[in-house]
Amino acid sequence: MTQLTIILIYLGLLVGLGLLAGRLFRGTREDYLLASHSIGPFLLLMSLFGTTMTAFALVGSTGKSFRVGIGVYGMMASSSGIVHSLCFYLIGVKLWSLGRRYGYTTQVQFFRDRLDSRAIGWLLFPILVGLIIPYLLLGVMASGGVVNVVTHGAFDTAFADYGHGVPPWLASLVICGVVLTYVFTGGMRGTAWANAFQTAVFMILGVVTFVVIANAIGGQDAFLDNLRVATEQVRQHHPEKLTRENITQAQFFSFMLIPLSAGMFPHLFQHWLTARSARSFKLPVVVHPLFIMIVWVPCVLVGVWATSARLDGSLIVPADIANDSAVLGLMVDKLSNPVLSGLLTAGILAAVMSSLDSQFLCLGTMFTEDIMLAGRRDRFSERQSVLLARLFVVAVVIVTYLLSLVAPRRIFDLGIWCFSGFAGLVPLVIAALYWRRLTLAGAVASIVVTAGAWLYFFVQSDFADNPRYLFWGMLPVATICLLSTVSLIAVSLGTRPPRQEVLDRFFPGGESS
Amino acid sequence: MRRVTWVLVLSLIVLHQDFWFWTDARLVLGFLPMGLFYHAVLSIAAAAVWWFVACRAWPDDLDVAPPPGGPQA
Repeated sequence: MTQLTIILIYLGLLVGLGLLAGRLFRGTREDYLLASHSIGPFLLLMSLFGTTMTAFALVGSTGKSFRVGIGVYGMMASSSGIVHSLCFYLIGVKLWSLGRRYGYTTQVQFFRDRLDSRAIGWLLFPILVGLIIPYLLLGVMASGGVVNVVTHGAFDTAFADYGHGVPPWLASLVICGVVLTYVFTGGMRGTAWANAFQTAVFMILGVVTFVVIANAIGGQDAFLDNLRVATEQVRQHHPEKLTRENITQAQFFSFMLIPLSAGMFPHLFQHWLTARSARSFKLPVVVHPLFIMIVWVPCVLVGVWATSARLDGSLIVPADIANDSAVLGLMVDKLSNPVLSGLLTAGILAAVMSSLDSQFLCLGTMFTEDIMLAGRRDRFSERQSVLLARLFVVAVVIVTYLLSLVAPRRIFDLGIWCFSGFAGLVPLVIAALYWRRLTLAGAVASIVVTAGAWLYFFVQSDFADNPRYLFWGMLPVATICLLSTVSLIAVSLGTRPPRQEVLDRFFPGGESS
Repeated sequence: MRRVTWVLVLSLIVLHQDFWFWTDARLVLGFLPMGLFYHAVLSIAAAAVWWFVACRAWPDDLDVAPPPGGPQA
């Protein structure tokens, strides 16, 4: 019951924050969707970091390190530190500038303008929505599962089918309701504030958990001694987890392409546009790799320690555990107290919700801007536009929640496939920003080839049922990115260049090649 | 300065593929495996590179005043 109380207090704080942000709402469409471009460097840093880090940063990283070893940090964390900042610098700042100049709110608006075609929107829109929905479901289902596990036994008689804990469907419903409340009332400002708060929560609680677990495993007075004892146990029982002998170099390299997906996430695009100025990006670009290190190094160490840590002579985490995501929960449960367990759950929910809110708002924005208002903005007042956006956000939350009730648990395997799809579209956005010779036909070819290659590999991997599926020893994302780039360049060069008026609009003074 | 930026970023990407520490089982400070320590340092190096870019190679011409009206398409 302690854990449940802490979770409820945390959710209550979030609702309060959302209502507070709602009081600052200026009543305009631009304020609701983009916080009137008022977000400064610190809030931008926190909201971008919170949005890119999902529950995987805490729970998944620990479980994956338990299975694979310390190589997980290089595969997923240090690569993201380099590539995410590169995306913010290379794509984010430039898109922000064009967005400010021409009034974009969504990616589809940008591509329609840049490629001088409304039809490109109809091709891109369903692909972007289709890729983001499994990502959303992942968050909704993960949050329900986490709350259920930590509240096991909280009720004496109720919910016997769910271990006398809060049922996942109820927990997901409450979490969707909380996120909806602050997104509905506060719009993008509420989302940015909540993201900043939640990012601070999961970073601080992650570090606290690390210290508590290290001290419990080590049992010495000095913290450094405890760290040494914990790692020494791994060296004795599972030395292979302290190196990367389980991972091939080709596989390691191809993982570096996964974080490229950040360059095409629709919800990050919307966050970029909230920046007050191009200079606001400096802090996120510089500090993002450090934040990743602060969150991931402790989680990877805890995951590796879990392979060998014992309590009363027995392994805390059985080697044959079926669900890797349970590793962190088990370590906290066995080595700490209910208060820390409740706080860590709040931290995990913070990581989940700081991505969910942006995705809900983004999908609502896309349906409003790219479908309802496209080409007929004059027919809707500011108030009607805001109302439409709010109604679409509500509809997206309801549909996502209902889908989460029927989606198979295998949805968790889809995460990397979503990222691969978005990464395959990144050559398109880079070409749109920096290559004058990009043509509509080249863009269409790149999108179609990306979708085709993605589908082919998805089928080959038994519809994500085979998580070890590799192509030429690498993740499919490497081939998808290569094919996407080659088709974009070849078809663009083989077709007529874009109109001069379009080029003058996007490359004033003949900048870029 | 743009060229220096690209050299630094490409260096980070090359240094990320550290085959030289692949099976190195040494522990730094007695608890941090070499492979993890190296990549943590690489994260700090990435922040340093981006700090350099922010100070010396930031595209200052991108700050613009928005014109009235929305997107054309």
